[in-house]
Amino acid sequence: MVLTWSSVAAAVPEISLTAAICLILLVDVFAGERGRRVTPTLTLLALAVGAALTVRYGHVTERAPLFAGMYVADELGFVLKLAGFLLVAVALLYSRTYLENRSILRGEYYVLALTALLGIFVLVSAGSLLTVYLGVELLALSVYAMVAFDRDSGVSAESAMKYFVLGAIASGALLYGMSLIYGLTGTLDLAEIAARLRAPNTAGVILGLTFIVVAVAFKLGAVPFHMWLPDVYEGAPTSVTLFIGTAPKIAYFALALRLLAQGLAGTASEWVQMLAALAVLTLVVGNVVAIVQSNLKRMLAYSTIANVGFIVLGFVAGTPDGYAAALYYTLVYVLVALGSFGVILLSSAKGFEADLLDDYRGLHQRDPLLALAMMMLMFSTAGVPPFVGFWAKLRIFQVLWETNHLWLVVIAAGMSVVGAYYYLRVVKLMYFDEPPTALPAAQPAARPAAGVRLALGLNAAAVLLLGVLPGPLLDLCARLIH
Amino acid sequence: MITLAQLLTLSAIVFSLAIAGIFLNRKNMILLLMCVELLLLAANFNFIAFSRYLSDINGQVFVFFVLTVAAAESAIGLAILVVLFRERGSINVEDLNTLKG
Repeated sequence: MVLTWSSVAAAVPEISLTAAICLILLVDVFAGERGRRVTPTLTLLALAVGAALTVRYGHVTERAPLFAGMYVADELGFVLKLAGFLLVAVALLYSRTYLENRSILRGEYYVLALTALLGIFVLVSAGSLLTVYLGVELLALSVYAMVAFDRDSGVSAESAMKYFVLGAIASGALLYGMSLIYGLTGTLDLAEIAARLRAPNTAGVILGLTFIVVAVAFKLGAVPFHMWLPDVYEGAPTSVTLFIGTAPKIAYFALALRLLAQGLAGTASEWVQMLAALAVLTLVVGNVVAIVQSNLKRMLAYSTIANVGFIVLGFVAGTPDGYAAALYYTLVYVLVALGSFGVILLSSAKGFEADLLDDYRGLHQRDPLLALAMMMLMFSTAGVPPFVGFWAKLRIFQVLWETNHLWLVVIAAGMSVVGAYYYLRVVKLMYFDEPPTALPAAQPAARPAAGVRLALGLNAAAVLLLGVLPGPLLDLCARLIH
Repeated sequence: MITLAQLLTLSAIVFSLAIAGIFLNRKNMILLLMCVELLLLAANFNFIAFSRYLSDINGQVFVFFVLTVAAAESAIGLAILVVLFRERGSINVEDLNTLKG
């Protein structure tokens, strides 16, 4: 087979990103101390160029297999990759001052973020069990290293170790499940597996499926496989928490979609039941445990778990409408998480992490813009109209209603009310409580540039705008899945 | 002649040993890393057995990728272990208890 440009053009995001990683790694080594200024700018430039090339050459409207079916180019992948470029660029933009203040602004951080993004891309376009596995590992290995990046902080190494060991168990389970599915279907190709698996399934297939569901639940952070998530969110440097909380969620949505909804579609009746049980546990544990947290990062970690419950509910519906609702929810959640962790990053200063809820008392008096942005984001996750989080929750309820999962609607709605309590508590702390008398003495050594604050403002404005005009994004999600 | 069922049983036993090792071991973090390796090897065993049984080369190709990933994984695991040891002066699993709640 001859490789021509037209046959690999759809893989242009991965190709340009790989080239950029090699280039930035070299530039960073040779630039030395000055590299601290060059690498972040170069990384943002590389992301912009990659996105532009993707728009120019990587747009596909028809589903097309590449590289002997290992890689699948479709419009869903195209949109998710553009979202990945944007999310990583904004996350790195928010992080710069934070990294500088903690003296961990190093080139490796940016290179690791790019390799993680490459893992996300591979996963999003995976057409075979092998590419799924490689994408998962490339993303996970980069993220483990990022969590341990602040070598002088004891908690960060501890959380990295926990993440690493539990993550390795999950990839072991994923691999074991894949080996069983491979053995029983005789192929690694996801489309081929979908064609060969037909209900009723043998016990071996169900066993393999169970291992894969466990791994997917772990990666998403669904209860009872969520143990790593709060520790990692709290222990990692906030910039890394922001990173983990955003772009990888898209990848894990794609993992669930490609593996369960497409590859293992023949076992849908089994995995729908497993996911329903997981979703109920996830909603209850995530929302209830979040109430008692005093650390904002940890509270947002449990809030992530609760939101994952909603994404899983979209899959429980088991219809294309359900997957479209889950996709919409994922995109909306990621946008809100980007802003919420961005507020924590921008509130922090040298020697002041700004990760306790008490640090936000009276934030309105100190920084009205930041408090306003945080209020909009908290209202959105709580599901208050007209913010976009309301539509995301409503769409999930609709698809569950249409597929006759009434009891799930009741549980999800009840848990949303519980969730509203702790989101609104943050708003109360910011607006109605007195600021702490002893403000942190340490002043920021470097303040975030005005452009970064503008980006955060735009992020919050997008949450409102998408809430007022929900139509285009909803239509896009529906079109991508069908 | 070794049958497919015997090979699969062996890999299931290795997999269970690895999981048991991770959860029962409360002392040494290097043992955790060894159990993680064992986990991947059990899956590899399955792939090779199925590949031979189905006369399909893809399973064996997969194993090469897994071995490469496993090498990268242990490199990162050991690097985190070194950072942790410098910070705590201990590689005892029970000392991983600062974060909870």
